[in-house]
Amino acid sequence: MKWLLAALVLVVYALHQDSWLWANKTLVFGMLPVGLAYHAGYCILSACLMAVLVKFAWPAHLEHSVADLPETLMEADHA
Amino acid sequence: MIPVIVVLVYLVIIGYIGSVAYRRGKENTEDFFLASRSIGSLVFFLSLFATNMTAFAILGSSGMAYKRGIGVFGLMASSSGFIIPLCIFFIGTRLWAVGKKFGHMTQVQYFRDRWECSNIGTAIFALSAIMLVPYMIVSIMGGGTVLEDISRSGPNSAALIPYWLGCLIVALVVTINVFFGGMRGIVWVNVFQTILFLLFGVVAVIVISHNLHGGYGALFTKMATTRAGALLARDRIPQEEFWSYTFIPLSSIMFPHMAMMCLSAKKMSAFKNTVIAYPIAIMAVWLPCVFLGVVGAAVIPGLQNSDGILLKLLTQYAPVWLAGILGAGIISAVMGSDCHQVLAMSTMFTKDVFGYYGGLQKYGEKGSVFFARAFVLVVTVIAYIIALSQVPIFDLAVRFAFSGFAAMAPIMVAALFWKRSTKWGALASTIWVGVCLAATWYLQSASDPIGKDLADRAAAAARASAVRPGGAVPGGQRPGGRAPSAGPGNGETAVAGAHPGRPGAGSPSSVGGPPATGGGQAQASPGGPIASGPRGAGRKPGGAPAGKPPVTMVPIYPSLGNMFLRSQATVTIYGYLPVVPMVLGSAILMILVSLLTRPPSRATIDKYFSTETAGAPGPEPEKVLS
Repeated sequence: MKWLLAALVLVVYALHQDSWLWANKTLVFGMLPVGLAYHAGYCILSACLMAVLVKFAWPAHLEHSVADLPETLMEADHA
Repeated sequence: MIPVIVVLVYLVIIGYIGSVAYRRGKENTEDFFLASRSIGSLVFFLSLFATNMTAFAILGSSGMAYKRGIGVFGLMASSSGFIIPLCIFFIGTRLWAVGKKFGHMTQVQYFRDRWECSNIGTAIFALSAIMLVPYMIVSIMGGGTVLEDISRSGPNSAALIPYWLGCLIVALVVTINVFFGGMRGIVWVNVFQTILFLLFGVVAVIVISHNLHGGYGALFTKMATTRAGALLARDRIPQEEFWSYTFIPLSSIMFPHMAMMCLSAKKMSAFKNTVIAYPIAIMAVWLPCVFLGVVGAAVIPGLQNSDGILLKLLTQYAPVWLAGILGAGIISAVMGSDCHQVLAMSTMFTKDVFGYYGGLQKYGEKGSVFFARAFVLVVTVIAYIIALSQVPIFDLAVRFAFSGFAAMAPIMVAALFWKRSTKWGALASTIWVGVCLAATWYLQSASDPIGKDLADRAAAAARASAVRPGGAVPGGQRPGGRAPSAGPGNGETAVAGAHPGRPGAGSPSSVGGPPATGGGQAQASPGGPIASGPRGAGRKPGGAPAGKPPVTMVPIYPSLGNMFLRSQATVTIYGYLPVVPMVLGSAILMILVSLLTRPPSRATIDKYFSTETAGAPGPEPEKVLS
């Protein structure tokens, strides 16, 4: 799973360099240049990727290690 | 007058929120600097976003799109929308956990403890502070410029709020907000600020569309047949530069104010929604601004200072109240990040210098908070005085800061993920970054005559094109509004007239903006000047007439071929921005030097990496090392 997610991150990174649209001036929805529409879609794709990472690669152990600390101990330590 | 009133009302609200936060505060450093690590999910997202969004996202992005086209969005926004959430996800969460467990409030506190070092931590602190200070000064300069601009009733009329007063107002509000409110005051204000500038772009696009004859579709269809059609694609952005820019957002997690924000979250779950929403929020702010920048190039060509394009569009195509909200939105972006920078500087000095070298033991927590507040006062007064001089050198310094912080990211990654990393590796990376910044600065200064010559040539080309047919694309206007000024050939003037990516002193585009580079860059023939246009960017049938591309890059040392190239605004290395070798070199040095030197003690490695001891709290970092 870890490698699959890493590959997914790399694929999304590679998709940023959309050289095939470089000189394309087509308008999407009659008003949005395709290069702009692509990267707007890329932002949505990034959000989806982050949702996948949160779902399948969330570092829960960090959360637990802190949650396990006694509240009073942490406060004393930080004071 | 109305825009000024809207902005002043906004500033009063900001001051009020700061004073409420003051009454809720406690007199200890963790509360002042990190709001007692109590920030909830929604506030955390809105504040983190405000920390990283500056006036560049509104004015600079549209100004740059005016000159270089729609590619600006991919260049800066979508790359940030991908890299920054990843950094927050992988690095921010871990930073939060070690901060919560061991009480760290700054990155340097963590590095000192993690690598059992003292002076190396001080070296990292010094480099970070050197890169952060100009950022802070430029923010005040940008705020002063914006207030001056929006307080003019006409293009040639005197400003109701002169530059010095604008800077003073911004500095005062920032000081009051940080001095009294600390982190709590800032994040509360950020909520209000972020909502304001998230909404602004969408509203502006809708309102302007309503008043634009034929709408955006007709405008762009017409535009595609003119010279300005180049702005609808990425003809003016080389692929090397586009790729280089994906390194810049690595700086986000090394900016001290961003790292501190990560430490302030109450629970780690606050990061979940933040990383998912972040790319969408970036899109919501940048997409309308870049879009309107390109629209502006079609309907109001020939602007010398393209950063003012949004204000001009709103003046001509939108009701006056919207210009006021834009002003407030810009000021909020300026102050949102500036407040965090001032607080971060104060935190760093209080914790990494004052506290570390004995101040905490001598004066206690209350004394430290007093020192922090005094520092806020002093640093903003100094920043204000420097801002009055309007020295353009700070624009350049900010651009370098992005590359510098990005190149320091391998230090943080090594500290968090690699047990075997050492303080000497961190020192080698820090020195590398410092040397690279100095070298880039030298190359930039040495090649300034080339940059000026390129700008002059481009300006001459623009003047020549001005006499050719092809004026502004008719866009209609608001009834009763001013007619769009006819200018030279569409878009061409934008490339030539200004210095792309080299905003004037205090220009809002420089307010915390990422490093902007020059106009089109391209493949070079060794030793000779280079024509603009990206590699492989050919003309499609029916596309815009290209004309002869202007020469935009010249080798600085012809004997070295294309190693160091100079565009109007910046130096590149084989066409790539300096940030690329800086990041890669920093990572390689971190690895090599760490492998050659002795790692930290087993106890320290266990403290940060062992699962058995991961939950055990450590002692106060200052006590460990002092």
